[in-house]
Order: sequence, then structure tokens, then C-alpha cells
Amino acid sequence: MNKVLVIGASYGGLEALKVIIPKFPKDISLAIIVVLHIGENNNDSFIAYLNSISKLQVKEAEEKENIKSGFVYFAPPNYHILIESGGIISLSTEAKVHHSRPSIDVLFESAAWCYKNKLIGIILTGLNQDGAEGLKQVKKYGGISIVEDPERAIASIMPLSAIYACKPDYILTIEDIAKQILKLL
Amino acid sequence: MDQSQIENIDIEIPLFLEAIFQKYGYDFRDYSKAHIKRRLMHRMAVSNFTTISQMQDKILRDKAFFLELLEDLSINVTEMFRDPDFYTAFRTQVVPSLKTYPFIKIWHAGCSTGEEVYSLAIVLKEENLLDRCQIYATDFNRKVLEIAKSGIYLIQNLEKFQRNYKNSGGKSKLSDHYTVKYGSIKFDQSLSKRIVFADHNLVTDHVFAEVNLILCRNVLIYFNRELQNKVIKLFHESLSYSGYLCLGTKESLRFTDFENNFTDINANQKIFKKIIGR
Repeated sequence: MNKVLVIGASYGGLEALKVIIPKFPKDISLAIIVVLHIGENNNDSFIAYLNSISKLQVKEAEEKENIKSGFVYFAPPNYHILIESGGIISLSTEAKVHHSRPSIDVLFESAAWCYKNKLIGIILTGLNQDGAEGLKQVKKYGGISIVEDPERAIASIMPLSAIYACKPDYILTIEDIAKQILKLL
Repeated sequence: MDQSQIENIDIEIPLFLEAIFQKYGYDFRDYSKAHIKRRLMHRMAVSNFTTISQMQDKILRDKAFFLELLEDLSINVTEMFRDPDFYTAFRTQVVPSLKTYPFIKIWHAGCSTGEEVYSLAIVLKEENLLDRCQIYATDFNRKVLEIAKSGIYLIQNLEKFQRNYKNSGGKSKLSDHYTVKYGSIKFDQSLSKRIVFADHNLVTDHVFAEVNLILCRNVLIYFNRELQNKVIKLFHESLSYSGYLCLGTKESLRFTDFENNFTDINANQKIFKKIIGR
């Protein structure tokens, strides 16, 4: 089974993703699923932009879609995203978690259940605590945990919360994150 | 987590759902597994159980606990005019055709606490259609149906409701449709008298009427593909010739056998029309 990468990002997240996503080569055996907190705005413009600067295909995740390597899936605004066993997307409108929908915790938890030690989880910049519990679950189920270096992040609260919650395997700068992931594949 | 415990959970959950079905008749076996697991793990932690099997023992013997869990498994997040753009599309692309009907039967499936049913009734009233409509609003959760029947909602949410109403292309003021009392709003009787609220389970119950329009928004996402297909079949059978089907903004007919039985009226807002003869 190919590896799967889940990324959680909040304030400053788009800037960070613009650095990381384009670093992955086209034929990579990795699927990427992202929760970026963007409020209720639609995703279309930044998805189009990321697509234009990336070698991978960037798209909004669709209900009951099969997850495939070489794709980057973004949670739609105002929906949680969960992963079904067998690698299928499910959306949910259940209550917000940490004032967020989509919530990083919701994605990471279900991805941990599904992919176990095939999963890599990354927490990037942000101003809330969403994702800390989720990254703990990634680790608990045998996956690899990475947190952006809080001293270099645009907003340090989210990385710091994740570090306190789970003692991640790697704490790295944005520039080093993609390199490390390619080594882990 | 211990490898054997991880494996056990995935064995225990289907057994647990089977137990609920056998004992109480509610069928969650074909719900989205990730969604169910999330709700059950949460309940297990809150109620201090160490295993799903322990919880199964309790659920078979304690109906009050089952009813509590039923609330966990039913998602009741809703609001007035949720997705305002949908209502705009409905007004401009469905209403004109409904105006040609002498009488209109509508099924609002999975109506939860009713906010979206009253939203629909308001649109129909403003379009001078409501007197010709019969709305059946159904849900499997009797507790939320009681709230829906009462038509009473907390005033705290009003600001959001008003903003949505305005964005949806509301023709008057939302306050024309309710009265305020004791910190709550109550929707006008002219709306509720056209609505019948009833207990209906999409998973286990059957066709109950032929209708011209079905709304079922953000319900199918909690089902697996097989169950989604089964429910779309139920809708297809319930719709009259050229009947309309409105799903949630992120739902589709794509993974069902019925994709070719409907034509898109508005692909973004997921408004479909049944094709005659199919």
C-alpha cells in the first residue's frame, strides 16, 4: 500500500503549502489530503493557483471519491472530511471541532484508523489547537508525525500545541519538510 | 495502541450495529464506517467504557442508553436557509415550473429540527405557491421531529438566519414569518399548516407517497455507497414524472445506478430532474 500524507494548516497555511506542495515530483507514490482553515469562502481560486505551480493534481475532495496517489485533496469549506477504510472520502456536516469545520482532528483521526503505519501527519502554522489531538492519534496508530518548527512558522500556536500533545517524530522548517517526506517514502 | 485492540474494534463495531438492529430495528449497518466509528469512540470515552463489547452489553439492556446513543448517531446540525445560493437557484430554476402545477406534493427527507423545512415553506409562500403545497417532512429521530413540529427556535441564531435569508434572495423580511416570545421565535401558522411532520427512516421504510419534489440535503453523506444507491432508488420511485430532486451541495448521483435517470437543472446546487420514462 502506498503512503498517505495528511496536512493540517490554519493561519498562514496557504503560504506554507505554496512552498511544500510544488516540491513533490509527478510520479510520486503518495496521496495528500489537506485541511486548511479558510472560513466559509470557497476553495476554487487557491486550488487553481496551487495546481498551476504543482506537478501533482490539486483538487477539492468529493464525497465518496477514491483516494489516489499523485493527487492533493482539499477539504471543502464548511465540511469535515473523513477517510473510510479502503481509501474513500466521506464528508460530514457534524458540529465544529475547535471552532473549525473542516477540522484537522477529524481528518487525522479517521486517516490514522484507516492507514495506520502507512500514514504521515504534518501540522503547519496556525493560531488554534486543532490538529494536536489528531497528530497524537496518527502516532498512536503507528504513523509518522511531523510539526513545522514553531520558531519559523507564521503562527506558532498550532505547532506548539501539537508538540506538547504528542512529542512528534520530526520538527522541521517548511523548506525541510518536503525533503524529509521524500526520504520517508 | 496495542495491535490486537485495534483489530478488535473493527470486529466489534459491526457486531454492535447488528445488535442495535436486532434489538431496536434501527439500521446503521450501511452508514459510513468512519462516521460511525467516530461517534462510537466518542460515546465510549464519554461514558467510560473500555471496549465496544462492554457498551454492547449495556445497549441491549438499557433503552435509555440506546436513546442517548441514537442522538449521537443522528447529525442535527442545520440552520435556516443553509447554503443561501441553493435557495436562490430553487427560486429561479424550480419555482417557475412548480407554478404550472395545480397541486404540489413535496417530501423533505431527513428534516432534522426543521429549520430548512420552514425555509422552503417561506420561499413557497413568497412565491404564492404554499396554498397549493403539501409538505411531508420526515426524520427517523422523534426528538428532533418534536422541535420541528413546534416551529420554535432560539433567538440567538436569528442573526445568522436573517443574513442567510437575505443572501438567498428573500423577497420580504424574515420577521414577516415569525413572532418573538420569551427569547424565542415561532414560525407562523400559515407555514406550519402546510407541513406534516412524520417519523420515516430512509434505511428501513419504503415509498409512502408520489411526490413532485424531494429535498434531502446533507443526509446521504453519512451513508456508504450501497446505501446511497438504495436511498436514491427510493427517491426515484417516489418522484412523479419530471419530479425534482435536491441534494446537498457536496452530494451527487455519481456513484449510484441512477446517474442517467436524472438531468442536471443546476449542477453546482445539485438540483436534478427525473427524466420521463426512466
